[in-house]
Amino acid sequence: MSSVPVYPSFEPEITAFYCGYCGYMAADTAGALKVQYPANVKFVPLPCTGKTDIRYLLAAFEQGADGVYLVACPLGNCHHVRGNERGLARVNRAKKLLDEIGIGGNRLDMFFMSGSQAQAFADAARTMTARIRELGPNPLKVKAAQTAKQKEQ
Amino acid sequence: MIVAEQKTLDEIKSLLGDARKVLILGCGTCVTVCFSGGEREAAVLASSLRMASQLDGHPRDVTDLTVQRQCEWEYLDTATDRIKDADLVLSIGCGVGVQAIAERFPNAWVVPGLNTKFMGLPTEQGVWTERCAACGDCVLGVTGGVCPIARCSKSLLNGPCGGSEGGHCEINPDVPCGWQLIYDRMEKLGKLEMLMDLQPPKNWQKSRDGGPRKIVREDLRLPHEE
Repeated sequence: MSSVPVYPSFEPEITAFYCGYCGYMAADTAGALKVQYPANVKFVPLPCTGKTDIRYLLAAFEQGADGVYLVACPLGNCHHVRGNERGLARVNRAKKLLDEIGIGGNRLDMFFMSGSQAQAFADAARTMTARIRELGPNPLKVKAAQTAKQKEQ
Repeated sequence: MIVAEQKTLDEIKSLLGDARKVLILGCGTCVTVCFSGGEREAAVLASSLRMASQLDGHPRDVTDLTVQRQCEWEYLDTATDRIKDADLVLSIGCGVGVQAIAERFPNAWVVPGLNTKFMGLPTEQGVWTERCAACGDCVLGVTGGVCPIARCSKSLLNGPCGGSEGGHCEINPDVPCGWQLIYDRMEKLGKLEMLMDLQPPKNWQKSRDGGPRKIVREDLRLPHEE
């Protein structure tokens, strides 16, 4: 992959869902340790990633998110036993749907970490911001801009 | 329950034609339980179609609504205004639901978003398996509660056939032989001797072979007014 961004002035808007256990604690630890991560990410709390609903993921894209990701407890260490596995299964289903829709499944991802892993929390934000910067804006926004431009002409 | 699965997004898009105002109608009964046509699936499909149509350059106004049961007029009537207001109704109920909408709303254009597959049960999370073929003349009483019509690939009444190998069916090693299941269960219950009674040829007129079926229960009907 090229390291030169295709959309130089583009700042991704990313929605991240995190669970109330490891995800929240990792965010809190990152704050306490003053670990910096891109400001492109807006966080939405979930009681557990087992509460992930494909409706939420699609709604984020429909409302303009360029990328979406989930932060969950490590696999095998979910506070609700297998909630994160359920979340992962839904993320995988949503990725296929996004491919079929034309948004692209690679705009969605899931990261697993324990509450003490502040660096992993920041890395997830960096990884997604870099990936989305390379992929460019949400195709819905691109299409809307093209349509508006055509109407002007 | 009636088990169904959603058609591909491409097939659903092709069914929509040039309709601009699309109502996705979910059903709150069987297809909700098998996660193919309930409130959640209706919302996901609506969102998917809105985005896909926008990217195709032909944005559609796609909304969703779920009624308790599509197969009864009383529940369908609660959606009357929305159905009449739509250019097209995409039903994600079973085939009964689609036809109920077509019968109740003669001017509505309705298309199916699901493929209705069978009557069955969830054998594990995310897995549904056929159990009943609605043959109209139940034989479960002589086969230990395992249906030879739905679970034997050949619907044999006096099985198994020569294709039963190691307890599996010749059509697919993942499919258990229905008659092996029957034999094992009857053996466990100490009722193997029942299988010595040969079953006579089945009257398939009570099944689909007799044409569309109908049940009339006079004890539930009210006298027609003159």
